[in-house]
Amino acid sequence: MLEINNLHASVVDIEDSQILNGIDLKIGKGEVHAIMGPNGSGKSTLANVLMGRPDYEVTDGDVTFDNESILELRADQRAHLGMFLAFQYPAEIPGVRPWQFLKAALDSKAEARGEEKMSVRNFSKLFDEKVEAVGINPTLVKRSLNEGFSGGEKKRNEMLQLEVLQPSLAILDETDSGLDVDALRIVAEGVNSMRSPERSFIVVTHYQRLLNYIEPDVVHILVKGKIVKTGGPELALEVEKDGYKEYLDAAAAGANA
Amino acid sequence: MTLASPPAAVEKFSAAYKSHAADSASSPEWLKSRRQQAWSTFSELGLPTKRRGNELWKYTNLQPLAAADFEYGVTGSVTLDQIKAAGPWDDAWNTVVVVDGNFHAELSNLHGTAGLTAGSLAEAIAEGTGNIEQQLGSLAGSEEYAFTALSTAFIDDGAYVAVADGTELGQPVQVIFVTSDNAASRASYPRLLVDTGANSSVVLIETYVNLADSAQFSAPVVEVFAGEGSSVHHYRVQMENESSFHLGTTRVAQLGNTDFTSTSFAVGASIARNDIHTLLDAPGATCTLHGLYMTNGDQQQDQEISTTHAKPGCTSDQFYKGILSGKSTAVFSGKVIVERDAQKSEAGQKDLNLLLSRGAEIYAKPSLEIYADDVVAAHGATAGHVDRDTLFYLQSRGVDEEAAKAILVRGFAEEMLNEFKPEALNEFVEKITDERIPILLAESDTIGTA
Ligand SMILES: Nc1ncnc2c1ncn2[C@@H]1O[C@H](COP(=O)(O)OP(=O)(O)OP(=O)(O)O)[C@@H](O)[C@H]1O
Ligand SMILES: [Mg+2]
Repeated sequence: MLEINNLHASVVDIEDSQILNGIDLKIGKGEVHAIMGPNGSGKSTLANVLMGRPDYEVTDGDVTFDNESILELRADQRAHLGMFLAFQYPAEIPGVRPWQFLKAALDSKAEARGEEKMSVRNFSKLFDEKVEAVGINPTLVKRSLNEGFSGGEKKRNEMLQLEVLQPSLAILDETDSGLDVDALRIVAEGVNSMRSPERSFIVVTHYQRLLNYIEPDVVHILVKGKIVKTGGPELALEVEKDGYKEYLDAAAAGANA
Repeated sequence: MTLASPPAAVEKFSAAYKSHAADSASSPEWLKSRRQQAWSTFSELGLPTKRRGNELWKYTNLQPLAAADFEYGVTGSVTLDQIKAAGPWDDAWNTVVVVDGNFHAELSNLHGTAGLTAGSLAEAIAEGTGNIEQQLGSLAGSEEYAFTALSTAFIDDGAYVAVADGTELGQPVQVIFVTSDNAASRASYPRLLVDTGANSSVVLIETYVNLADSAQFSAPVVEVFAGEGSSVHHYRVQMENESSFHLGTTRVAQLGNTDFTSTSFAVGASIARNDIHTLLDAPGATCTLHGLYMTNGDQQQDQEISTTHAKPGCTSDQFYKGILSGKSTAVFSGKVIVERDAQKSEAGQKDLNLLLSRGAEIYAKPSLEIYADDVVAAHGATAGHVDRDTLFYLQSRGVDEEAAKAILVRGFAEEMLNEFKPEALNEFVEKITDERIPILLAESDTIGTA
């Protein structure tokens, strides 16, 4: 489904700002991959580069989605292919109401794919259902998108969008951070209920706890813009116990050599 | 010593003034003398120009107005369908139609609602209706301001709206000022006088539309006398054509425990000024002045907003939002004066702008002059661009760039649009905004770069 080859990326307009230093990753249909790594290692950068954020520039390597390179595509075109990013820090958008915005998003996806637009009636039904499922206060979603939402409410709102848009590849960037236990369970249940042979997930997290609920097929450790180790769910348990010291030391030794 | 230059453009108006005065020989004496007084004020002032060193006109250049020529007394045809297509309309409202400055009975839609007098100003003058002699020109007319002076010198017709004591009107009253479909460039000075009785309540919609494409000059003056305990929710919709000059003035006197709100939607004209002053003249009055302005091309939109707290315990709130594109200019000059006796006043003042192009300029000047010591006041102004992070957020959900920009600009306007409560009015300002946004975006060059 998604293949990342030797991906190098830096910040546009900043010299010597390389953040991703050659990432290789292959995510098959229906798989759930977890990415863990210390603060500042490049997890969010990777997530944003995959989604096409214009702040970053890919300097080497390639990313393919269903065997087609996506690097030349705009973010909305990637979304139309079925990609989705739940942001670590979702933007606040005053005056834009989630209902209207999600309907617009779904409509443009349908239009781009030559599919029929969902009727207002069916959409409203779907929307209300999902609002209830992710446990957002319905009065909140009548307000501006994310404006004045608490940290946890913003994350639930990301889940709402994920569930309404039903992407085929969802990247969750620390959607579990800042959530109370109930919300954490909602996120996990949401992901688990959406898991299917046709849908893949990249779950960026700092906490093994989430992975108790969402069992990943593969766990990667990202350090200094490179994947330094790949393994099964047990890798997350190791990290929980031992931290990243071993990997950071190895990266430092590698840099010095 | 300053070298005084002669008042600008007085001669341009003097022939018209003389013939107007000759034509209105049958007017009541009080009105004739008011006109004469106003004319002599205008003759001394002339049109404001930058050259005359006027701080209030630093950013709005009236040279094109001074250079243009206008006709008087020419009128063309107007149909009800044209009016309904050009402005907000609801059959349930009482609507007074004023064409080229004159009340038009056939086009007006008046239901004879109990407690409401709504119709021709000329007729009210002739009949001496209500308090017209004390009121007309008393708030606007004696001040040293060129456009109220000019308007008062030409007082003739327009609309008169009075609400009887204790009457709570369920439906809005609209006064719609239309210029007819006629090639002539005309000058008009329509007046609206509003007198609300004690404990009455009214929703008042004041609308300006042109059916003509040619440059029109209108200097409308609205005077509102809000009686004790009355509530007046006023809306002002200004959509003159893009070659016109609109120099509008609103003057409001509020008695005790009145609640006056005015919400402005200003998108029209080449040069436009919305000059509103409210006087909180008795304890317990509240005044809320809000508005949305949108500019593009070479437009100039000027919001001259001032409130005077003359008595204790009054509350005022000024809040405007602007969306600017192209090479347009907007001015927000907000002033709140809290006089020495006006203790326990509360005043807020805010102007937020969204700049869509490098060539657009906003001059925001919020100011508070506080002479009392027990006052809560806050003010602020900002000018920003559409933020790239929010743009990316929307795009990442599958909305293309153009649509995402439109959603963001609309989102910025949303809270103001929501303040237009009457349903048909709300739909109208939303529709105009949705039509205007792509035009603004077509002249935009800053989105995503800030
Ligand atoms: N737009 C940017 N401009 C400048 N520096 C950036 C930018 N984006 C990321 N960086 C830098 O790149 C590095 C990686 O950042 P990134 O946000 O990807 O880390 P992360 O692994 O997601 O960290 P965390 O666990 O704290 O979320 C950091 O040093 C960060 O400061
Ligand atoms: Mg991060």
